[in-house]
Amino acid sequence: MSFRKIFTQHIHEEKCHSLSFYQKNGGYEQARKSLHDWQPDDLIETVKAANLRGRGGAGFPTGVKWGFVPKNTDKPKYLAVNADESEPGTFKDRLIMEKNPHLLLEGIIICCKAVGIHHAYIYIRGEFVFAANRLQNAIDRAYSEGILGENCLGSDFTLDVTLHRGAGAYICGEETGMLSSLEGDRGQPKLKPPFPAVEGLFGCPTVVNNVETLANLPYILEIGAEAYGKIGPEKSPGPKLFCVSGHVEKPGVFELPMGISLRTLIDEHAGGVWKGRKLKAVIPGGSSAHVLRADECDVDMDIESLAAAGTMLGSAGVIVMDETTCMVDALLNIMRFYHHESCGQCTPCREGTGWLEKIAHRIAIGEGRMEDMDLVTEVCDRMVGKTICALADAAAFPAESIVNKFREDFVAAIENGGSPAWIKRHPASTGGAATHV
Amino acid sequence: MTETLAFSSEAMKKYEWLLTRYPTRQAALLPTLRIAESEFGELGVPQMRYVADLMEIPPALVFGVVTFYTHYRRAGVGTYHLQVCSTLSCALRGAGDVVQRITERLGIGTGETSECGLFTLSKVECLGSCDTAPVIQCNDDYHEGLSLEDVDALIQQLRDEAGKGSA
Ligand SMILES: Cc1cc2nc3c(=O)[nH]c(=O)nc-3n(C[C@H](O)[C@H](O)[C@H](O)COP(=O)(O)O)c2cc1C
Ligand code: SF4
Ligand code: FES
Repeated sequence: MSFRKIFTQHIHEEKCHSLSFYQKNGGYEQARKSLHDWQPDDLIETVKAANLRGRGGAGFPTGVKWGFVPKNTDKPKYLAVNADESEPGTFKDRLIMEKNPHLLLEGIIICCKAVGIHHAYIYIRGEFVFAANRLQNAIDRAYSEGILGENCLGSDFTLDVTLHRGAGAYICGEETGMLSSLEGDRGQPKLKPPFPAVEGLFGCPTVVNNVETLANLPYILEIGAEAYGKIGPEKSPGPKLFCVSGHVEKPGVFELPMGISLRTLIDEHAGGVWKGRKLKAVIPGGSSAHVLRADECDVDMDIESLAAAGTMLGSAGVIVMDETTCMVDALLNIMRFYHHESCGQCTPCREGTGWLEKIAHRIAIGEGRMEDMDLVTEVCDRMVGKTICALADAAAFPAESIVNKFREDFVAAIENGGSPAWIKRHPASTGGAATHV
Repeated sequence: MTETLAFSSEAMKKYEWLLTRYPTRQAALLPTLRIAESEFGELGVPQMRYVADLMEIPPALVFGVVTFYTHYRRAGVGTYHLQVCSTLSCALRGAGDVVQRITERLGIGTGETSECGLFTLSKVECLGSCDTAPVIQCNDDYHEGLSLEDVDALIQQLRDEAGKGSA
């Protein structure tokens, strides 16, 4: 079967986001069928059989997650749609929401029918004002056309959808942080278990799914689990949005089958490394993933292949760095991010991210010591797996891999009095306050 | 501050609608703060107190929430809040030069507001627009794929806009 784009095939058409355009192209047919013809359990089994894996970062099998929600409960159940998209290097959900908002809404209807949910909240990051307006307009249209609300699409099913804007905090992308934020609190993650499927939003069973995950559902119903399972590798199939940014000629979002090779993605789709330069490093799955050296980039972009290569697909945010990049500066930039975004509840994370930033900083400004490289690894060992949420791991993975795979950059910065950028800006430097980006 | 703060009737309607969308009152806090932000222009202590009273939730909780998030408009921010993304993908494509250019043009460093009160410069984290790096978010709008000339033009455009507003 040839590959058909489901997210981006129409994005260059001016009215692609409108309801009439969407419906003209078969939109809401699968939602209608799911409401009228499908039994909830059959929907869950189909999504399981299709092997749909979460697109938010963790790659958890979607049907299996839905199956964890208790069937007989007096409590209401909720869907919390993760549209926080704050993983550095990731900009795919924004594209869906701006260009194809009804596809997301159709996916939401299918999920809610499958799990027996009557209220979905879409948690969108506060910065996405344009996307939020687009999405709110789509929701309003769907209500006025009887697609949402009571008797959705002429069925006896009721579904409310509420768009909820965040206010700037990376940690609200973590699922329990997002639920805290939705409840009107600081976005602090909560200990699991209980998992959200059992005790989530407002203490009720809650499905948390990423925007892109849900946007796959209409297609799965349309072509069937078996055909869907044949797109890309068996264990993590499907069409996928890959985000490529950094030092490439044509950064952008590319819709390709899961399992495309990283080299093809960079060289053919993103136009190759910019300015005719050589590749130095790639972070394949958002800044939380282990970095790959150029000689490690012959790898396929799917969950299993990247795990085998010691990194992860994560959010599929591919950040490309050319030969001029100093990995000390890259480390400092990434660690500043995680230190800033740590919510501060857990000591290993709060202190660890601070330490990592501090160490990267002193190496970058020429005050580093050779022992600092091992110190990074040591600090990382004390962070991974020891905290409430995975933000600590997300900081440690790039840190330990950058230091250990690019030791020559660190040695040079320690020996030469700082990173090349620092030396250039401070020719006669004796150290001091850095103004690194 | 002697002036008493109050939502307009339109804002109040929006707030009451919000309450119908959530099973708890507190869940409406973040969106209500958005309303307050657009009603009052900024979220300082009096505005936060107003929201706490309106929603009957402890002021400490409201302060805690507002200060946890970075995107609310705090008191003292200029008319145009130039938020330059400084995370990796933007840094790789010249975000540092963008910040420097703004500093040169406006004479303000990161976290500072220009004397005329028009501009505040901040560095922010990934705006989810890394393919069009470097990116500035100015108030609600994204300005993407910026060259240094684009930065100059943006500043000029905002100045013109402000000039028109006061004329
Ligand atoms: C620190 C951190 C940040 C995260 N940020 C996001 C995010 O911005 N968007 C997202 O969909 N998932 C994010 N996740 C993953 C979510 O916790 C969760 O796994 C996901 O939303 C589940 O949906 P899925 O199964 O459909 O992928 C983040 C996780 C962590 C630990
Ligand atoms: S790991 Fe970090 S971000 Fe996550 S809960 Fe702990 S302190 Fe907060
Ligand atoms: S790094 Fe600047 S928008 Fe993502």
